[in-house]
Amino acid sequence: MEMPKPNPKILARKAEFLAQLANILPPDAIISDPFETRAYECDALTAYKCPPLAAVLPSSTAEVADVLRLCHRMGVPVVPRGAGTSLAGGALPTADSVILGVARMNEVLETDYDNRFVRVQTGRTNLSVTRAVEEHGFFYAPDPSSQLACAIAGNIAMNSGGAHCLKYGVTTNNLMGVTMVLMDGTVAELGGAHLDAGGLDLLGVVCGSEGQLGVVTEATLRILHKPEGARPVLIGFDSNEVAGHCVSDIIKAGVLPVAIEFMDRPCIRATEAFAGAGYPDCEALLIVEVEGSEDEIDVQLGKISEIARTHNPVELRQSNSADESARIWLGRKSAFGAMGQINDYMCLDGTIPVSQLPYVLRRIGEMSAEFGLGVGNVFHAGDGNMHPLILFDANKPGDLEKCEAFGAEILKLCVEVGGCLTGEHGVGVEKRDLMSHQYAPEDLDIQMAIKDVFDPKWLLNPAKVFPLAASEPRRIAAE
Amino acid sequence: MSGAANFRKDAVLRPESETDLAEAIASANSPLRIEGGGTRPVGRCAGKLLTTSGIAGITLYEPGALTMVAKAGTPLAEIAAALDAENQQLAFEPMDHRPLLGTDGTPTIGGVFAANVSGPRRIQCGAARDFLLGVRFVDGQGRILSNGGRVMKNVTGYDLVKLMAGNRGTLGVLSEVSFKVLPQPEATATVMLEGLDLRDAVKAMSAALGSPFDVAGAAHVQNKTVLRVEGFVASVTYRAQALSEKLGKFGAAKTLTNAEENTSLWQSVRDVTALGTYPAVWRLSLKPGDTESLFLKLRRLHDGFLGKTILDWGGGLVWLAADREMLMDMSMQAGPNDHCEPDMGVRVGHMNLQELAQDLGGHATLIKAPEEVWPHVNAFQPEPPPLAALSDGIRQKFDPRGVLNRGLMGGM
Repeated sequence: MEMPKPNPKILARKAEFLAQLANILPPDAIISDPFETRAYECDALTAYKCPPLAAVLPSSTAEVADVLRLCHRMGVPVVPRGAGTSLAGGALPTADSVILGVARMNEVLETDYDNRFVRVQTGRTNLSVTRAVEEHGFFYAPDPSSQLACAIAGNIAMNSGGAHCLKYGVTTNNLMGVTMVLMDGTVAELGGAHLDAGGLDLLGVVCGSEGQLGVVTEATLRILHKPEGARPVLIGFDSNEVAGHCVSDIIKAGVLPVAIEFMDRPCIRATEAFAGAGYPDCEALLIVEVEGSEDEIDVQLGKISEIARTHNPVELRQSNSADESARIWLGRKSAFGAMGQINDYMCLDGTIPVSQLPYVLRRIGEMSAEFGLGVGNVFHAGDGNMHPLILFDANKPGDLEKCEAFGAEILKLCVEVGGCLTGEHGVGVEKRDLMSHQYAPEDLDIQMAIKDVFDPKWLLNPAKVFPLAASEPRRIAAE
Repeated sequence: MSGAANFRKDAVLRPESETDLAEAIASANSPLRIEGGGTRPVGRCAGKLLTTSGIAGITLYEPGALTMVAKAGTPLAEIAAALDAENQQLAFEPMDHRPLLGTDGTPTIGGVFAANVSGPRRIQCGAARDFLLGVRFVDGQGRILSNGGRVMKNVTGYDLVKLMAGNRGTLGVLSEVSFKVLPQPEATATVMLEGLDLRDAVKAMSAALGSPFDVAGAAHVQNKTVLRVEGFVASVTYRAQALSEKLGKFGAAKTLTNAEENTSLWQSVRDVTALGTYPAVWRLSLKPGDTESLFLKLRRLHDGFLGKTILDWGGGLVWLAADREMLMDMSMQAGPNDHCEPDMGVRVGHMNLQELAQDLGGHATLIKAPEEVWPHVNAFQPEPPPLAALSDGIRQKFDPRGVLNRGLMGGM
């Protein structure tokens, strides 16, 4: 992974920079000891590491503005960081950059049940937003797998999804407003407790911009009342193709489940060995969850089962209690851990049109044989968001590179069949150089033009999202 | 005839392909006025008319994947018919502006997305912008660009799809859109409360929307507070009943289950047909709870607003209308002037409503006004300085020559 060479002028001014930081932040908010900055050398994409020049942990929007103003003046790159759970290297620093972590800003600022929103500081974790409103029966819908740990700041930066977004949408569909600090220290309010923008939808552009346009310190999030209940049905098939058709038929029939999860045989076997959820040993497995009152759930699950039966399932297990639901979800929820037990793995995130599911799974199987690396598939089938898990051995020389090459081929395949490189994890550094497979040069240029407007000096998370060669002229011109 | 007709002087540009569209824009040496079907002229700008109505046709429809791709000029009716054949629909329920604005012509799918037009179901399933998955468009330099795609989850690069939704042809002209569609519900019921004042109506709607019963429409029109539930028959019956009980403290609720009645009721809410006869109409987006404060302040501006108010989105969308008499009254507030009085009334009202909306953290748009008013007003809420600078910066990048709907949304 190539990163821009650290700017020697910035490295040379480290002492001066730290002294200036000390004027605007309390001592415990500045981390510059080389031993301590190692905690910030990577995110959840641990293959790439680089300790930053320093890390700062401001406690308020005003402190964030002070830090950005200083960095802007001194030309120091800034890498914003939520909880550091990015699988795409979105918070990977460079040696001449400062990590700006929002972890200390984790307050709930306002809860409003009548108007159905909550305003939080963005260092707050995803799950704790729901925790703050659930005693009144409400929840925050986007539910990335890392929801126990991941921060709202990162959710906004990556426009995170989750298993339940088939019904409730991803972050951008649940984000009503933000307080954002621009690189020059300007504080801007976008959106709020009302719906939709009066002018251009800048909030829509900021969400998913991977921390390259500004540092989001506060967010207004839509909250919903919890449904009365939810229950899944587990359906096993003897071919991926049939499972794919079943997904399509369920959707066409007018049932809108909250989640349709898909696992293939390698993944089913791994999770069975790991969690013993009692899954059938079959080619493909669907978990379809619906919501409502007990009767409503029965009606919907009945319709889904009826459709599934026309596809000759090898197993059809409808949950009738909370306990049975938990057992059905157990395997799915431990899938990543189960695969991790077998070996190191790389988790991909491409999205494909649902109709291409059987073809893409077949091609992945063929490529797995070609590359000699195992792969398990577990993903959100309702919206075509795939998560192939490629197994490799990090201690075996050359395996990581082989795994990355395999991953790149899968993502190119996703684009080829009409899909995209990433459905919910973001581009980060991981998929940066594949962007030219999805976008023509001028399509990338207009995206980079947006960054030119928000961050003309290209100091915010500069080496991410765009192929390094594509962003280089702009980064150099800005220096 | 379109409301913008008096700008139609030169021959109309009507490209029939994306390439022709790019050429037309690249070779434009003066501002262009961009139009889809011309049924929603909100705000005005000068320039030679360019219509996308010639770039039409459904490119791809996959009912099992809930996605459709269509060229921007495709008539909305053609889209609706194709979806209907598969029991699907545009769930965000775009408003038809023709009854309100008195325009004719054929609404296009490009126009719907370019103006981010959403109806009553917006509070449950999202706005047009939430359903737009991908765009192809031509920017002010004549470059053919694309962003997003045709899959439901896509975080690959910046989300310019959201930016293009609601850009009203000021950043680029849409040539093709891909979007998510949803199944039509099997059944619909409306729980109706009568005689609530605006304040209680908002409270009742908040209670309904804060319930687990998945309310897919919450509006208050002409003394009736209406709450919609949709889905499978048994489920709708159950939720309508549960909702009526929950709202018991607001009075005895009636439930409408007849399909045609429901369709026509929600169509009239969507299209704001009740305000079609008024010369001036505004649309405000606010936090629903702020409507109470709005109504108090409105009374000072003109108490005539209150009787005609339509609330949608649980009170978060406020439609205000003024009749001729109210406009005359408001024009007095401007002091002696030599303008035609109702026109001055619109300008006074507009200024006041935008101030109110700004104070409340929302926004107000002038949707309908006598033609003479437009040159004097910005229909759209001015943005606060940091946002205005960003929006202007983006316009400079997308349309450095200022040829696309110049000045329509303010700026430049």
